[in-house]
Amino acid sequence: MADLLEVNDLHTQFFTRDGVVHAVDGVSFSLAAGETLGLVGESGCGKSVTALSLMRLIPQPPGKITEGSIVFDGQDVLKMDDDDIRGIRGNNVAMIFQDPMTSLNPVLTISRQISEALELHLKMDKGEARKRTIELLELVGIPSAKKRVDDYPHQFSGGMRQRVMIAMALSCNPKLILADEPTTALDVTIQAQILDLLKNLAREFRTAFILITHDLGVVAGMTQRIHVMYAGRIVEKADTGELFANPKMPYTWGLLRSIPRLDERRKEKLIPIEGLPPDLIAPPTGCRFEPRCQYRRDICREKEPELAAVPNAKPDHEARCWGTQNVPGGGWLVATDWRREVGDTSVIEEIRRGDDTAAAGE
Amino acid sequence: MAMTEAPSGRANRARSTATVDSGRNLLEVAGLKMHFPLTQGIIFQRQVGAVRAVDGIDFFVEKGETLGLVGESGCGKSTTGRAILQLYKPTAGSVKFDGTELTTLGGEQMRRMRRRMQMIFQDPYASLNPRMTVGNIIGEPLEVHSLAKGRAKTERVQELLKVVGLNPYFTNRYPHEFSGGQRQRIGVARALAVEPDFIVADEPISALDVSIQAQIINLLEELQDRFNLTYLFIAHDLSVVRHISDRVAVMYLGKVVELADRAELYERPLHPYTQALLSAVPIPDPQVEQKRKRIILTGDVPSPVNPPSGCRFHTRCWKAQQICSEVDPEFIEHAPRHWAACHFPGA
Repeated sequence: MADLLEVNDLHTQFFTRDGVVHAVDGVSFSLAAGETLGLVGESGCGKSVTALSLMRLIPQPPGKITEGSIVFDGQDVLKMDDDDIRGIRGNNVAMIFQDPMTSLNPVLTISRQISEALELHLKMDKGEARKRTIELLELVGIPSAKKRVDDYPHQFSGGMRQRVMIAMALSCNPKLILADEPTTALDVTIQAQILDLLKNLAREFRTAFILITHDLGVVAGMTQRIHVMYAGRIVEKADTGELFANPKMPYTWGLLRSIPRLDERRKEKLIPIEGLPPDLIAPPTGCRFEPRCQYRRDICREKEPELAAVPNAKPDHEARCWGTQNVPGGGWLVATDWRREVGDTSVIEEIRRGDDTAAAGE
Repeated sequence: MAMTEAPSGRANRARSTATVDSGRNLLEVAGLKMHFPLTQGIIFQRQVGAVRAVDGIDFFVEKGETLGLVGESGCGKSTTGRAILQLYKPTAGSVKFDGTELTTLGGEQMRRMRRRMQMIFQDPYASLNPRMTVGNIIGEPLEVHSLAKGRAKTERVQELLKVVGLNPYFTNRYPHEFSGGQRQRIGVARALAVEPDFIVADEPISALDVSIQAQIINLLEELQDRFNLTYLFIAHDLSVVRHISDRVAVMYLGKVVELADRAELYERPLHPYTQALLSAVPIPDPQVEQKRKRIILTGDVPSPVNPPSGCRFHTRCWKAQQICSEVDPEFIEHAPRHWAACHFPGA
């Protein structure tokens, strides 16, 4: 079966006064119909720009998709004219934004905002569209939907607004939903409601979705596969179980170690990732995580690794790290158990020493 | 001028023990209420109601400990922090800091008290004046409290920058030249400048990226050991609160509904709201996530203008019975050092 979405070597850049920001720098991935994918990373790693690029919603100027292809359902999104892309947006691909306070139009009723897409894409008449809108609001769990359909966004709470956004996204039975931090602006109890709703709806309608978040906890329970992004690139790809059980890229280790877990006894100390993400105007020439990586060796600074399969892991597990690749000078992290090393400086010393002897040998 | 370092561990400073009346408690809050009036009319404003942001809470903070204050947005946790520091004048109740009643203090006396209690704010982008250099931002409290001037002040600012892990030569830079995490460090340095005993940290890491959050948490913990600080740590992230706190208080709609030692609260929560809150936090482990049973609360938090009668949680509680909507449950010690306000506490 052909994939629903195939992104190939996507480059999105922003042309600013200070220089060209390489926000997304060669991202490739694919998604089958009905599949759920998590895109994880810190702010500024390019995850939201990737999503906006898929919908061709990058503000231009200053942004531009400079290279690559996005094939959705057999059609190249980047080669479409504006009319064609409008036929896809909201219809086949829908988006749920982070902030439900600002992504609904405050001067239009909920009914108006949802039925707009129904009338436009599904050619419903006003009566039909209104009926369907009420059905959708009931589906996403808005109480007394019949009455509330004529309310304005400010009359809804944050969680309810996010439900309205989800109803809007579902309105045209899309094949793919892009959810960009859908619960970040919400409280934990409301977050649980919304995640539960998204999960059930995706299962019911067999909609594929890409969940973009910085919260590893959210993707753990929601997605089948996870791609970790760092500084405009995908640095690790694996299915969800594999990624948490057997992460390979030191950046992923860093993310997992730096957050306290609710179900874990208190650790003496958290292990933060030192330093800051790189400037995307002039990213490092070698591995982009190298300046912050405690396992780095000389090769990391010299040459950037490709995203490649990891030995002794599941076949579709890939990481962008010299330490996990069986190449000359690489592979020193293949056998490393990341859990053993939490807080264990002797292991890091051991790895450093390996580095020194390697350097001395050259 | 050298930073007065506590010898080690959590030994009390001589100055603090001299005036304390009730032993180990640095802060005692009793019956604290903070209502914000709602008015109508343009010229003649009359009060038509009140937002009961904090509505009668009692707790204490021991010397050298971290008390975590958690709850959803709008539950009154930030208001509590500000009312304690007298940034808002509380509507009722008492706040005793080291034996001194703060609510009745005059302006000058309160100003002197503030030297001992400081605040770290949530948003490192909004809480630093963009037109002031880092040196002026950190040096201002030193001047306000006449602690250092001129050369001594500069040296002290540089020392503070070093303490929070920034380059001491950054004094002439402006806030916009720093990243979020670095700005939060500046906020921490400003709070430390006057050598306080007590710091209210209001969501100090919520605006930061995951990889940076751990840096700030570790910094706060190091500083606590080094300078023998007492924290009131306000946050909505229960995992972080579990990590940093010795005891945890859970707030809902202006009330503290449960208060216990960390391990006790997370392992044996008594109040249904605490149970729901804990079960709602996603855990970064797919195997655990699949097995977990979630308690999903229905509906939203009611408005604090017109809170539900009886127990405020009864509108969303799956255990609620007749009595819950009629009688407000008392905040009782159900187990040693474990308080909860619920008619049907327990599993």
